[in-house]
Amino acid sequence: MLQEIILAGFGGQGVMSMGQLLAYAGMEENKQVSWIPSYGPEMRGGTANCSVTLSDTPVSSPLIDEPDTLFVLNRPSLEKFEGSVKPGGLLLLNSSLVKVEPQRTDLRVLKLPVDNLAQEKFGNSRVANMILVGAFVAVTGAVSLDSVVGALKKVLPEHRHKLIPLNRQALELGVELAQS
Amino acid sequence: MITVFEKPKSLTPAKTHYCPGCTHGIIHRLVAEVIDELGVREETIGIAPVGCSVLAYNYFNVDMYEAAHGRAPAVATGIKRVHPDKVVFTYQGDGDLAAIGTAEIIHAAARGEKITTIFVNNAIYGMTGGQMAPTTLIGQTATTAPNGRDPEVQGYPIRMSEILATMPGAAYIARVSVHNPQEVAKAKKAIKTAFQVQLERKGFAMVEVLSSCPTNWGLTPLKALEWLKDNMIPYYPLGVQKAPEEVKA
Amino acid sequence: MAKVLMKGNEALGEAAIRAGCRFFFGYPITPQSELPHYLAKRLPEVGGVFLQAESEVAAINMVYGAAGAGARVMTSSSSPGVSLKMEGISYIAGAELPCVIVNMQRGGPGLGSIQPGQADYFQAVKGGGHGDYRLLVLAPASIQEMVDLMGLAFALADKYRNPVMILGDGTLGQMMEPVEFPEMLDPEKLPQKPWAAQGAKGREPNIINSLYLNPLELEDHNLKLQAKYTQMAAEETRSESYYTDDADIVLVGYGSSARVCKAAVDQARQQGIKAGLFRPITLFPFPKAEIQAACRQAKAVLTVEMSMGQLVEDVRYNLEFRVPVHFYGRAGGMVPTTRAVVSKITELVQEGGRSA
Repeated sequence: MLQEIILAGFGGQGVMSMGQLLAYAGMEENKQVSWIPSYGPEMRGGTANCSVTLSDTPVSSPLIDEPDTLFVLNRPSLEKFEGSVKPGGLLLLNSSLVKVEPQRTDLRVLKLPVDNLAQEKFGNSRVANMILVGAFVAVTGAVSLDSVVGALKKVLPEHRHKLIPLNRQALELGVELAQS
Repeated sequence: MITVFEKPKSLTPAKTHYCPGCTHGIIHRLVAEVIDELGVREETIGIAPVGCSVLAYNYFNVDMYEAAHGRAPAVATGIKRVHPDKVVFTYQGDGDLAAIGTAEIIHAAARGEKITTIFVNNAIYGMTGGQMAPTTLIGQTATTAPNGRDPEVQGYPIRMSEILATMPGAAYIARVSVHNPQEVAKAKKAIKTAFQVQLERKGFAMVEVLSSCPTNWGLTPLKALEWLKDNMIPYYPLGVQKAPEEVKA
Repeated sequence: MAKVLMKGNEALGEAAIRAGCRFFFGYPITPQSELPHYLAKRLPEVGGVFLQAESEVAAINMVYGAAGAGARVMTSSSSPGVSLKMEGISYIAGAELPCVIVNMQRGGPGLGSIQPGQADYFQAVKGGGHGDYRLLVLAPASIQEMVDLMGLAFALADKYRNPVMILGDGTLGQMMEPVEFPEMLDPEKLPQKPWAAQGAKGREPNIINSLYLNPLELEDHNLKLQAKYTQMAAEETRSESYYTDDADIVLVGYGSSARVCKAAVDQARQQGIKAGLFRPITLFPFPKAEIQAACRQAKAVLTVEMSMGQLVEDVRYNLEFRVPVHFYGRAGGMVPTTRAVVSKITELVQEGGRSA
C-alpha cells in the first residue's frame, strides 16, 4: 500500500495538523510515513499545503508530485493542485468554500459542505476537517478510523483531549457520508 | 638575597616583539601583575586580538586563544559560558575593538558577559602600517589619511568607553593612561578592579588604556608620551565612566 | 524507545543533546529556525546554554571559544548565514577544534530564497573559507539519518579535532518522519581534552591558535591537516547503494534529492529499466571506491541535485571520467520531481547511455 496525499487550503484552516493526524494514524499501524509542509511567507495568511505519504514499505520520496488523494479546502488550492492528481485518484472537496466544479473527469470526486455540516451537526466549525478525514478513511481504507482517533491524542494538546469524542463523531459522519 | 624586581608569574620569559617605546609591554605587565595578585593564574583564559598584540598568547603565561580580528568578545563569551567559574579576559586594540569588532564588544557588554576587556587605544593601526584607526584624532595623520583626519571625509573618532558605559550590562568602565608612573599606578588599580568585578560576577568590565605608538606617530618614545598627554587626553578624558556603588566609594 | 514523529530541525536539536552537546550559539534564519527554537527550550532543561548571538559571525566565534574550552558545541544556519560563518570556520579548522555546524540549505546566490536548495555543495566540501582545509561533511536524507548522523558528527569532530558539517536542506529541516533517538550521552563522561584551554592548572599553558608566522611551521601544520583528511578518506566514507548491482543507469544524489531519485528508481524499475541510486552520505571525504563499485555496470550516470551542477563535478572526478555522467538540476528553491527524473532516465536509456 502506498498512499500519497496532498492537503491544501488557507493558512489557518488546519491543513497542516490534518496532515499530521494522518501521518500519526499511519504510525499507529506501524506504517512508514512522512509529512512535508509548504513553508515561508505562504504560511502567513496565504495558501498552505502539506504532503503526506502512508506506505507499507520505506518511503522513497516524501516529495509528492502526483498525489493519489487531494484534499481541497479552498478554491485557489483546487486551481493549484487539481491537475497533479493521479488519474483515477480521489479529490475531497470542501464545497462550503469551493463553489466551482473540478475540471478533471477522471477523478473520484467527493464534495462535502463540511463547514456547514460541522456547524449544523456539532455547532463547531473547527471539526469540519474531521468530516473530510472520515470520508478519506472510508473511501481509501489507507488507515482505520480507530487509528485516526488514536492519533488525535498525539496531535491535540492535552487540554484539548476532551474534544476527542466530538472529533470522533465528525469522523464518523464523514465515513457515513462517503458510504452513502 | 632580596629580590627587588622580577617578572610576574603570569608572563612567560619570551622576549616581546613590540617596538622600542611601545606601551604594550607596560600594559601586559600590569595585567600579569593583577592576575598574580589575585591568585588566578591557573584559572585564567586570555584572548589575543589581531593587531600589534596578536602574539600576546606567547607572552601571557596562562591558557590563551588567538581570535579572528574583532571577535575576541564573542570568543570570550563562548569560553565563559562553558566555564563560568574561570577568569576570561580579552586584550584588544582600537582597530580590533572599535572598528571591525564593534558589534561583538557592544553586544558582549549588552549581555553583561562576565569578562574583562583590556582595550589599548593608541589612535592608529600599528601592525599593518600606520593606517587611520576609528580612534584617530581629527587632524592626526595616518598612512590612509595623509593630510590628517578630516571629519568631512573620515568622520569623527569614537569614544568607546562612553558608549559602553551606557550599557546596563556593563558593570565597570574606566579610561586610564600610561604616559607617566602616576598614571601607570592608576591604570593598574583600574585593571585590578576590572578583574575583581568579573570575579564578583557583576557584569562586563573594560579598561581603556591610552597608549602611544612612537613608530607610527613618527615620534621618539618620550615625545610620543607627551603627544598622548597633550592630544589624546583632551578628547579621551581619563576616569571611571561607570562602576558598581561599592567600587566608586 | 518508541518512535516519535518529528520535524528534521527539531530532531537534529534533540539528537545533539543526546550526543552530549550542551552549548548552542546561533542567529535566526529560515528555514532552520525550528532547531534554535527547540534548543532554546530544551538546552536549559539539561543544564546547557542556548545563546542567540548578535550575528552569524559572532555565533561561530562563540563556537570557537566554547570548542577550544573543551565543550561539545554546535551552531546552525542556512546558506547566507553559513557564508557569514566561513571566516570563523576557517579559524576553527586551522586551530583544530571539534564542533558541529548545520547548514539547512536554501536557494541562492545572495539572499536567494527560503525554499530548499543544494547550491552550497562546493562551499561545504571544498572548505568554504580561506586556506587549505576541509570540513567533514555529512548529508542525511531522512529524519532518522539526521539523528544518527548528529551523534556521528560529534564523535568524528572529536576524533579528528575538526569541524563537521551536517549539510541538509529546507525540505529535510521542515519535513516530519518517525524517529527513534539513542540513549542520552553524559557529557561528563566523554573523553577528556587535554589540549583545551580551561586554565593552566599544574601544566604549561594551552594555546588555541591558527597563526604560524614561520612559513615552514605553517607548511608543516598544513601537511598535518592534509594527513587528517587522508585518514578521513581511508576510514570515514559512507554511502548507500540502492539497486546498483545490475544497474545500467545509476542516479547519484544526496539529501532530499536522493529521496526523489529513489522514487524515480522505483518507477523506472517498474517500467523494466535497470536503474539504481548511489547516495553519498559523506560528501567529504567523497566515497570514491564505493561510487566506482556502484557504477561498475553502468552505461550512464545521472546526477540529480538542487543546483546548477556542483556534486556532478565530484561524481565525474571520482568516476575518473570512465562513465558518461549526465546532469539534471533545479535551482532557486525548485525541487526536482520524480516524474522529471524518470523522464530523464528514459531519455538516457533511449540514447543507449551514450555521452551527452
